[in-house]
Amino acid sequence: MAFTSWADFWFMGGYALFVWLSFGSTYLLLLGLWWYSKRQHKQIQQQIRAKAAREQRVRQHQEREK
Amino acid sequence: MWGSMFRWLDPYAKPETLYHLCGRLLPYLMGLALFTLLLGNIWGLAFSPSDYQQGDSYRIIYIHVPAAIWSMGAYSSMAIAAFIGLVWQIRVAQWAVLAIAPIGAVYTVIALLTGAAWGKPMWGTWWVWDARLTSELVLLFLYLGVIALAGAFSEAARGIKVASLLAIVGVVNLPIIHYSVEWWNTLHQGATITKFAKPSIDPSMLWPLLISLLGFALLLAALTCLRLRSQILIFEQHRPWVRQWVDQQQGERG
Repeated sequence: MAFTSWADFWFMGGYALFVWLSFGSTYLLLLGLWWYSKRQHKQIQQQIRAKAAREQRVRQHQEREK
Repeated sequence: MWGSMFRWLDPYAKPETLYHLCGRLLPYLMGLALFTLLLGNIWGLAFSPSDYQQGDSYRIIYIHVPAAIWSMGAYSSMAIAAFIGLVWQIRVAQWAVLAIAPIGAVYTVIALLTGAAWGKPMWGTWWVWDARLTSELVLLFLYLGVIALAGAFSEAARGIKVASLLAIVGVVNLPIIHYSVEWWNTLHQGATITKFAKPSIDPSMLWPLLISLLGFALLLAALTCLRLRSQILIFEQHRPWVRQWVDQQQGERG
């Protein structure tokens, strides 16, 4: 352990602003990218499902018209 | 010769096979990435000794160096995928370009941001227009260019082709970034580990750095898997297997 206390750890030898700014923004960006990609994947599936359902309805309608 | 050498890869060029392979790999890659990333970062932040010159500010190295190295690693992978996609018309390789570009862009932004936050206390300035920093900024613009070009055409296939071309041409920037600290006078320090000589860092600091490096690599792989799956769904959405799979997913959830 390089630090003697939690306060000492957060203080980072006087470089707290720069160290925590770096680590904070890094994890924020990585989490953001993960969340965005995950959401995109779900949305695409929903769109495909909606499209398939629409096509199904159109087909049923055409069957009835005949 | 080329044909027979890469024959074993053929099944993975099939979108459906690759989609399911990525789906199987994803939880393991993500779990391992999270574990190694946290292990390397916490070790580096709390347990490594302080630097005799830079004090505790040097701990930024545990994200700055991995992000910077893999911003270039991601670019190489993207360019290789672009080349395979252009020359052999392998569609999954073309889609991989679209999957990797945003990840590389985020890694580059991280390298630039953490570099600025490290430069301020050590050099006295957030930014300087020297060779290393400027060429890394050019890398960000290359990524953004690839992303923008890929979406700029009404015909998706044409967009991918033009974006792939830019990705391949942009490779010239990689050696410029790497050797910039040797070719030009710069504030940026020389290479610590990416050289043939012995690393200029003590083992107590090197181990957490190597583990963080592995963490960023695994995260790159995991994110590529996730994003490539999305691309495969987009471009294969009219195929029966996609329709079936999507329905099956809904059945499992509902």
